[in-house]
Amino acid sequence: MQVSHSLKVWALSAGAGALGLMAASAVVPAQNAKTVLMINAIELSGGGATVGTNWRDAVDMAVKDINGAGGILGRKIIVKHFDTQSKPGISKAVITKALDEKPYVVLGPIYSSSTKVNMVVTRRAGVPHIVGSEAASITQTGNPFIFRTSFGQSASMPKLANYLKDEVKAKSVAVVWVNNAFGKGGRDNAVKELKARGIAIAADISTEVQQADFSAEVVKAKQSGADVLFAYLHEEESARLLIELKKQGYDKQIVGETTLTSQKVLDLAKDAANGVKGHVGLTADANIPAIREFARRFEAAYGRKPDHNGIKGYVAVHVVKEITERMGKFDQKGFADALHCTTITTEQEPGVLMDISYDKNGDVDRASFLVEVRDGKQVVTGVLPKLGNAVGC
Amino acid sequence: MNAQGFKRLALAAILAVAILAPLGLKNYGVYLLSLWALYAIAAQGLNLTLGYAGQISLAQAAFFGIGAYISALATTAGMSFWLALPLAGLACFIIGALIGFPALRVQHHYLAFVTLGFNVLVFLVLRNEEWLTGGTYGVANIPRPALFGLSLGGPLAFYYLCLALLVLMTAMFWHIVRSPWGRAFAALRDNPERAASLGISIVTYTLLAFAIGSAAAGIAGAAFAPLVEYIDPTPFTLSLSLAFLLMVVVGGQGTLTGPFIGAALVTLLPEWLRWTEGYYLMVYALAVMVLMVVCPSGLTGLFDMARRRWERSP
Amino acid sequence: MSDIVQLFVSGISTGAIYALAAMGFTLLWQTTGTINFAQGEFVMLPAFIMLAAMNLLDVGLLSAFVISLVVSMVLLGAAFKRALVDPMAHHGVLPLIIATIALGIFMKEAVKTFYSAEAQPFAAFAPEGAMRIGPVSVSIENIAVLAVAVVAILALQLFLQRTFAGRCMQAVAQNRESARILGVPVERMVLYTFLINAALATLAALLVTPTYLAKFDNGESLGLIAFIAAIVGGFNQMRGALAGGLLIGLIDNFTAVYISTQYRHAIPLILLIVVILFRPQGLFGRAEERRL
Repeated sequence: MQVSHSLKVWALSAGAGALGLMAASAVVPAQNAKTVLMINAIELSGGGATVGTNWRDAVDMAVKDINGAGGILGRKIIVKHFDTQSKPGISKAVITKALDEKPYVVLGPIYSSSTKVNMVVTRRAGVPHIVGSEAASITQTGNPFIFRTSFGQSASMPKLANYLKDEVKAKSVAVVWVNNAFGKGGRDNAVKELKARGIAIAADISTEVQQADFSAEVVKAKQSGADVLFAYLHEEESARLLIELKKQGYDKQIVGETTLTSQKVLDLAKDAANGVKGHVGLTADANIPAIREFARRFEAAYGRKPDHNGIKGYVAVHVVKEITERMGKFDQKGFADALHCTTITTEQEPGVLMDISYDKNGDVDRASFLVEVRDGKQVVTGVLPKLGNAVGC
Repeated sequence: MNAQGFKRLALAAILAVAILAPLGLKNYGVYLLSLWALYAIAAQGLNLTLGYAGQISLAQAAFFGIGAYISALATTAGMSFWLALPLAGLACFIIGALIGFPALRVQHHYLAFVTLGFNVLVFLVLRNEEWLTGGTYGVANIPRPALFGLSLGGPLAFYYLCLALLVLMTAMFWHIVRSPWGRAFAALRDNPERAASLGISIVTYTLLAFAIGSAAAGIAGAAFAPLVEYIDPTPFTLSLSLAFLLMVVVGGQGTLTGPFIGAALVTLLPEWLRWTEGYYLMVYALAVMVLMVVCPSGLTGLFDMARRRWERSP
Repeated sequence: MSDIVQLFVSGISTGAIYALAAMGFTLLWQTTGTINFAQGEFVMLPAFIMLAAMNLLDVGLLSAFVISLVVSMVLLGAAFKRALVDPMAHHGVLPLIIATIALGIFMKEAVKTFYSAEAQPFAAFAPEGAMRIGPVSVSIENIAVLAVAVVAILALQLFLQRTFAGRCMQAVAQNRESARILGVPVERMVLYTFLINAALATLAALLVTPTYLAKFDNGESLGLIAFIAAIVGGFNQMRGALAGGLLIGLIDNFTAVYISTQYRHAIPLILLIVVILFRPQGLFGRAEERRL
């Protein structure tokens, strides 16, 4: 029985050591009055690594630009990146940890399920929180601290449905969506808007995150006889779907919302993406000088074209700058109030790249684009104006 | 001091550290400790199934999830947490018994295969049955409980709730292992044929061990829901079940302290290995492989081996 | 009609890829009692070796495949056996399961850190497009995948049944001790099974990656499916793993079209549970049981 004595002693000391080390690691660097801290909790690994890396790099670029021009109200921005690993559970731990450092604002994440965990924490701490997520439900909980940088699905889907009805003249649509908070939200909003315009849902096809094999989905879409296939998936799954569609010789129009025509999908799907049309909230290919310039500089700095998530991250930091400068002080509660029901024009702050309006829920309104993929490149074919119906303002 | 006294002292000391540790920590540290306590409960449950009854369960995450959803749905509908908690344990006990019975009727490690299938099925039901579970939208605004009018909403108070649960569950396992039941488990693990010849019903006892182990995961899950305050189906996948399995085996299966250590590794090791940056999981995986090669009985076994070497040296 | 044919072809061609992974899985189980939880990563890694060869050495797909085949057989075959399986031979099933779970994590993380966290495009080895046979249109790539997989499976079966080494391997799989008494070089035969497993995985990688794209976490779902296929077919029978793989491929495709996309993964698992309850030796396995 001697054996088990010392076994327990070892176990005990290991346990005590673990706790002690952990305590030591939780020490926080003091914030300097000449700086302002931003926390960026974002997907740097896992399924969202691609989108998160774009966002992070653009945030870094924005911070560099602003600091180079003197910072915000004379204070330099310090940004700290945290990896949510694209998992809500990790995201919760990360944001709890990040808030111990008392940031001025929190940026990210992009995955809706992670955002939904994090926004509970930032709300309790009273920290303004600007996210890249699109799930409609995020801004519908009355959270006064949550803001987007791109369209929520309740704004993008009506635009997409109008486009399908007026331009594509679709009678029936096969909807292929990824079954998570992002995809389900998009699917629910799209189906509602399409039905309201008299367009039939010929097939309603749910797919998995990280799904690799899309052959059955393509057969099902073919079988449905729909005029149009609407795909609402993450980047890699979008590319796999397009490859499979080409493989099986699918000959109907393929339409997407933002992701489907993003640079990453085009890189992966190559010529399988040709002919795809879609609506995008933001695109580096937009014929807007500020965006072109941003894309050029981003590519020069990081060696690849930015996607819409890059633009979102860049805009997010500049929104913080503009609103803070309007207030003339660093006030978190005041920030949240000031960003509701307001518009930031590019004359006021060039870094927002396009005029952007916020409603009382933190949802965004902005002009958007119709695009088509030709020869592996996204080509902008039209500009849709702002919806102009900001809620409750 | 005899062995038993020593064990008690060791556990008491772990408890003292666990009580005092969060006082110097910020919210994040306290959150991690709370997570550690809950993982340790679920790992202890699996330890009973695995370490004492010798059966691999790959559904511990599913039971953790079922417990979390029962607690989340019940408390958001207005039921008291103190009712939801035992309800979650009971439900997981019954479900465990129901799926364990047919699987254990067929011998071998088929329980592992059945539970693997069950874990994926549970995930699909949690995600697809939106009318019941909120589907991918999940369950939000899960309230934290109060006790005798005292709110346990703060991070520290909630941690002590998790710790109290851990102490209660540990006491229960302590009792089970030392009871005639527990001796039957040990007999089963060490020599099933002999145990059977002594009139111990293998199926009944393994089933009981599995059902109790599942109930522990349900109780841990029931406290997990108010800890994170928002749940959706994504945490409760097979990979969490594999993580629980790693906790138990790496910590040391069949020992009372093993699950504490295993759970601490999974929740606290990332903090230790912060300096390795992106390499943390690689270091962890490598360490586990080496450990399994050198000492398959886990860390407690390794400490034991080191001590014997040390004693033997002049 | 056309749909059913296309569905059948794509189901059976993905099923053939699952079968390749499941057969390797079964081989390792038979000879060494290894339940390889890293089997999916064993398919993921060769794809990246091919990519690295194509990018760094600037060689074509075929040469890259050969390079990957050799590297995989060394790393995932011989080294895996020597470094992990052999030292744990007497530790029982569970520690090795844990070690292969850790190995899978290690491989994923290594690829993510040292190659890329992002999916990579991967060249198809077959021409694109669809082939028309009367009213029916099927993908050329599916047919090509199926053809290559069938040839590989037939070759393996021939090897196991018609050659001396193959029959020795079967003897080892059935009963290691009696094989040893009969003078079969057991250690070498066991090594062969590990090499064959690595080769099958590399072939699966070549076939699957053009549509799946190369990504570090591709192995997660593939490994699980191979595992399920092996159990459904019969854990102790190569033929069972083959049938299990094809069956899962077909069931998955037909389920998604005719039953439910949301529950498509549930049907193979329900089949798994039913098989375990009513035919624990597997659909195609022999009743002689092997103690775990």
